[in-house]
Amino acid sequence: MPAAAVLAAFILFTSQMTLAIEVKRVHKRFGGLHALGAVDLEIGTGEFFALLGPNGAGKTTLINIIAGLMRASSGSVRVMGYDVVADYREARRMLGVVPQELVFDPFFTVRETLAIQSGYYGLRNNAAWIDEIIHHLDLADKADANMRTLSGGMKRRVLVAQALVHKPPVIVLDEPTAGVDVELREALWRFIKQLNRNGHTIVLTTHYLDEAEALCNRVAMLKQGRIVALDSIRNLINSIPGCSIRLRLSPDILPAALQSLMSSREEGYYILAIKEYSQLENVMAALRVAQAQVLEMQVLQPDLEEVFVKIMGNTRSQESASA
Amino acid sequence: MSGFPTLLYKELLRFWKVGFQTVFAPMLSTLLYLMIFSHVLEGRLQVYPGVPYTVFLIPGLVMMAVLQNAFANSSSSLIQSKISGNLVFVLLSPLSYREIFLAYVLAAVVRGLAVGLGVYLVTLGFFDVPLRSFVWVFVFALIGSALLGALGIIAGIWAEKFDQLAAFQNFVILPLTFLSGVFYTIHSLPPFWQGLSHLNPFFYMIDGFRYGFFSVSDISPYASLGIVAACFLAVSWLTLRMLKAGHKIRH
Repeated sequence: MPAAAVLAAFILFTSQMTLAIEVKRVHKRFGGLHALGAVDLEIGTGEFFALLGPNGAGKTTLINIIAGLMRASSGSVRVMGYDVVADYREARRMLGVVPQELVFDPFFTVRETLAIQSGYYGLRNNAAWIDEIIHHLDLADKADANMRTLSGGMKRRVLVAQALVHKPPVIVLDEPTAGVDVELREALWRFIKQLNRNGHTIVLTTHYLDEAEALCNRVAMLKQGRIVALDSIRNLINSIPGCSIRLRLSPDILPAALQSLMSSREEGYYILAIKEYSQLENVMAALRVAQAQVLEMQVLQPDLEEVFVKIMGNTRSQESASA
Repeated sequence: MSGFPTLLYKELLRFWKVGFQTVFAPMLSTLLYLMIFSHVLEGRLQVYPGVPYTVFLIPGLVMMAVLQNAFANSSSSLIQSKISGNLVFVLLSPLSYREIFLAYVLAAVVRGLAVGLGVYLVTLGFFDVPLRSFVWVFVFALIGSALLGALGIIAGIWAEKFDQLAAFQNFVILPLTFLSGVFYTIHSLPPFWQGLSHLNPFFYMIDGFRYGFFSVSDISPYASLGIVAACFLAVSWLTLRMLKAGHKIRH
């Protein structure tokens, strides 16, 4: 085998071996509060990964520990193989973080902000890349405007730009679309998807589960500082058996034979839960017998939101059972 | 390449962009002190033989401006960044705690010296102030401003609100500077207050700085230098420890 081919195979092998983020047995305590408990998490290079969980679940705490903004009480975290405490310089060069809060330095313009951020990473002739980010994030008109004068959406774009100035292979976005209008949200995701296609690992937290479902390959769900689910979105959704049928009938009366299947009632609609698709035939037969006319029918697949509600509910009932 | 030059540049740009407030306003207030005190006390006090009171007062006021502005620079920059949250951009970067320390201290030194030099140059237009040893003047201005810059970092890290920082400034820094011999020589004080003044590190900074102008001081400039340098090392050690531990900034 020629040497170049061996080298290419080795590079491919090692790139597959290197984890973008590796969290091992991380605990974080704030006084009496156990904010994170024995969190283990591995995110591979090139993944589009979501950290989900209700408010206070520990998502931002975990991100802050990965970014070196907080120190874990115990356990270790590596970014692209570098320990975030022992090899913090290398680890931070590998990581771009978009914080949740709309923070900015009111003394500087957009371009100054980006040049300064780039300089913190030792990159002082970075104007070409900064111009490119400004262009991609549609900030060109505001490049020389003071940060104070920017709208919330524009400030959010600058935060994304700041996270990218040093071309990090791993990008963490903490609630990047909170309070952002639809247009910017779509533009932002288009850009982030492009970065992922270019090989960047993306980790995000969001409250919009439809966004996570549309964008990510894998998710971790956190609850009260513990990971309660960690799998691909497909596997998580497949873990919920059956589907729902949304019906509008004339007359607006659900036949008695179907009452046991009704899971909820919306205005003018009946929602029936069935375990298998074969049950659909039974539903149709019962409707025919009752001479009910179907005005509208939708078959609803389970989605991530349903999985989320189920998992969060399950852990709650387990907790109350063990209490 | 290190991010240190950029952090230093950013800290310098930060105060220069609001230079009217950070350089010219303290120059004006120092010159007002000079005008009022010299008007009221000139001819009534004999401090050093053959030195008019106003001329005696000028180096003290210059050093006071150097020290107060060095402290104000690092402390206000840090607390603003902490409260507005933009300190996160420095904390996310690969800058080491030593680089962060050095950048904040050097920016504080530059602002302190800029205000002090400004006051000194303006007074030269009106008074004949001797300068016997530039080296002593420079060394005390440098170490004094670095000490206050480091102290400003401690205050900026410790304070969680602007009023806590203001309390540090008004109840610690201001009394220590006013009672350090800026406006008088401690030989004019009763023995108890003289003894107390010797516990004030600001006294040694002012006394040593003034020695560079008149070659006269309350105590040996070498002793003052040793005490000021020891204070600088102690405060720097404490500041570096706080930064390394991430006290109040990396939780």
